[in-house]
Amino acid sequence: MLLSLPALHLQTSEYHPLFQLPHGRLGPWCSPTGSPAPLSCETGCGEGSWILVCRLLVPTQVSLLSMEEDIDTRKINNSFLRDHSYATEADIISTVEFNHTGELLATGDKGGRVVIFQREQESKNQVHRRGEYNVYSTFQSHEPEFDYLKSLEIEEKINKIRWLPQQNAAYFLLSTNDKTVKLWKVSERDKRPEGYNLKDEEGRLRDPATITTLRVPVLRPMDLMVEATPRRVFANAHTYHINSISVNSDYETYMSADDLRINLWNFEITNQSFNIVDIKPANMEELTEVITAAEFHPHHCNSFVYSSSKGTIRLCDMRASALCDRHSKFFEEPEDPSNRSFFSEIISSISDVKFSHSGRYIMTRDYLTVKVWDLNMENRPIETYQVHDYLRSKLCSLYENDCIFDKFECVWNGSDSVIMTGSYNNFFRMFDRNTKRDVTLEASRENSKPRAILKPRKVCVGGKRRKDEISVDSLDFSKKILHTAWHPSENIIAVAATNNLYIFQDKVN
Amino acid sequence: MGTMFARGLKRKSAEDGEDVEGGLAGAQAMPSYSLQRQSLLDMSLVKLQLCHMLVEPNLCRSVLIANTVRQIQEEMAQDGTWRVVAPQAAGRAPLDRLVSTDILCRSVREQEGERPGPDAGDGHTPDLVPGLATVPSAQALRSPQSSLWEVDSSRENRGGFQKSLDQIFETLENKTSGSVEELFADVDSPYYDLDAVLTGMVGSTQSGHGSGLQAFSSATAPPPSSSCRSDLGELDHAVEILVET
Repeated sequence: MLLSLPALHLQTSEYHPLFQLPHGRLGPWCSPTGSPAPLSCETGCGEGSWILVCRLLVPTQVSLLSMEEDIDTRKINNSFLRDHSYATEADIISTVEFNHTGELLATGDKGGRVVIFQREQESKNQVHRRGEYNVYSTFQSHEPEFDYLKSLEIEEKINKIRWLPQQNAAYFLLSTNDKTVKLWKVSERDKRPEGYNLKDEEGRLRDPATITTLRVPVLRPMDLMVEATPRRVFANAHTYHINSISVNSDYETYMSADDLRINLWNFEITNQSFNIVDIKPANMEELTEVITAAEFHPHHCNSFVYSSSKGTIRLCDMRASALCDRHSKFFEEPEDPSNRSFFSEIISSISDVKFSHSGRYIMTRDYLTVKVWDLNMENRPIETYQVHDYLRSKLCSLYENDCIFDKFECVWNGSDSVIMTGSYNNFFRMFDRNTKRDVTLEASRENSKPRAILKPRKVCVGGKRRKDEISVDSLDFSKKILHTAWHPSENIIAVAATNNLYIFQDKVN
Repeated sequence: MGTMFARGLKRKSAEDGEDVEGGLAGAQAMPSYSLQRQSLLDMSLVKLQLCHMLVEPNLCRSVLIANTVRQIQEEMAQDGTWRVVAPQAAGRAPLDRLVSTDILCRSVREQEGERPGPDAGDGHTPDLVPGLATVPSAQALRSPQSSLWEVDSSRENRGGFQKSLDQIFETLENKTSGSVEELFADVDSPYYDLDAVLTGMVGSTQSGHGSGLQAFSSATAPPPSSSCRSDLGELDHAVEILVET
């Protein structure tokens, strides 16, 4: 049961007039009136203006509770949950994703569960609760499987969740583990029919002899129930581990990418998929490069990009040929010879690639940097941001403990002006592309007090360490922020730290 | 080459005033760099072994490690510090043919599974293949898992494996003073005895984690003649820890 800790109610930010409308925000998934949600004013990426909204915890001993649970049980569980050392590995959050309106926030964990949070609605009574996210639905998306042919386990860990744009009252999302993609429908039920003729209230069949009159069943309100049902299962199409899924802007197709291949699916068809990229060499001994991430262009349904372990990005056009092995554009930065080492290739491996909302830029994350590329310029990125360059001298140790293979994700904010990515020691970083300022914040229990503004953190590289700084050697490399998400239109971010989900909001005075 | 290694890594002493980080180092600084490079190579090979786990290993990680190994080997080959087993037969692959990625990670069992019947010519050769595959230390951890790379094992790969095996021998450090054929000498016995192994001969088939690891650790036991192998003992020690846990 995931609870928002009630002690952390905070002042919500005021909404400023529309500051900037990112290109393409007007789409079928906007609010029914067609107007886009107002953007909170861009105050830059920090300068100490982020506050914790809520921290959500995934316990294991406590069974999943339904929405109708009474207050007493919640209180008991609340105190039980304060010590999150009970968390097991199954609770580790492995993916976080807002839906297109930002009303829902989905997380997947290593145990194959998906938990969806819903934003607290504005109400006159509790205006300060707006901005909080509470559990909306929880379901087991994937189960562990065993591949008998290869004698290998297939992990149930959810690698990625992607929302479909909302087209009716129900919500749809794709969730995937290493091998299988599933389409889930999440719908609400707040009425139920009563007064059947052939069945009684418990559902038992009535003796036809006792039926003397006919009646029309009526819908009566019931307690809200949120149910999740798997609508499609897209299986048996990937030999290697799926690392990405991406919904196409045509809303009819999506792609799934594994280490060596990318497949194109139609949502309606589960027994077939088209292979659109295949980089498997004829002789596996010659394998030197794998696909690490892939994404469709946000507006052009024929274009997509995929990144590789060699630090390259390829833009492909599906109109050019059925098999997009030949790229339309090839993005690669020439290597800096002064920084060359045996680890150069490993740290150049791209762990995440994301189109900007505008579709004009792509952002890539490699081990030490985040780079922004202009689609029109292939030979180098237009911006490079150092995430934790102090680790450059520690690469051997990080190679030894495998941290060098950690796959960090990166996200854009709604207006593409700020980018965010995670680091170690529960730090995460934001870079303002306009002001060129950056900030390091921490997602941890100790440093998250209600109503307080998050204090920027600083890592001391050498020499004198100031009072609030932390030295490189004191960093906890087991506390890594790999998954973050940014609300599509507001300055609300979700940060996953092991089994904790932190939601921060920009406090605007 | 820059500070590619963490501080704290042991270095040879008596390097006062030497700028070991300053790119091309003089002869005195070379052992230190070589030591670090060798240590990195060993670490990488161990990592590749450990990727045979219950769950299918991470292909990206394995590819990156294998590329690192290849890069080190290339550099060592250029330096001339890469010691090569004297070729006993004609037709050995040239010096610069390096260990293929596939070989570094292919599990022994999968090779045995691919073991052809009599069509490999020498009846001993199939036995040989898995046994000798343990020598390059990438195969030490036996497991019932399939190959790291290959899901669909094919006959071509078997042939390729055989060819690559030759390459492995060439790229291996000279663990024994004897010829390569000595390595083949004991293929008949399903179990090897410790003495035979300690003298550098590797038995043929293994039957589990323990024996595979023993083959590995024992194979590294013979004292190397090159100064580059001076840290083999450390690797040996590390493997023994793995076996015991």
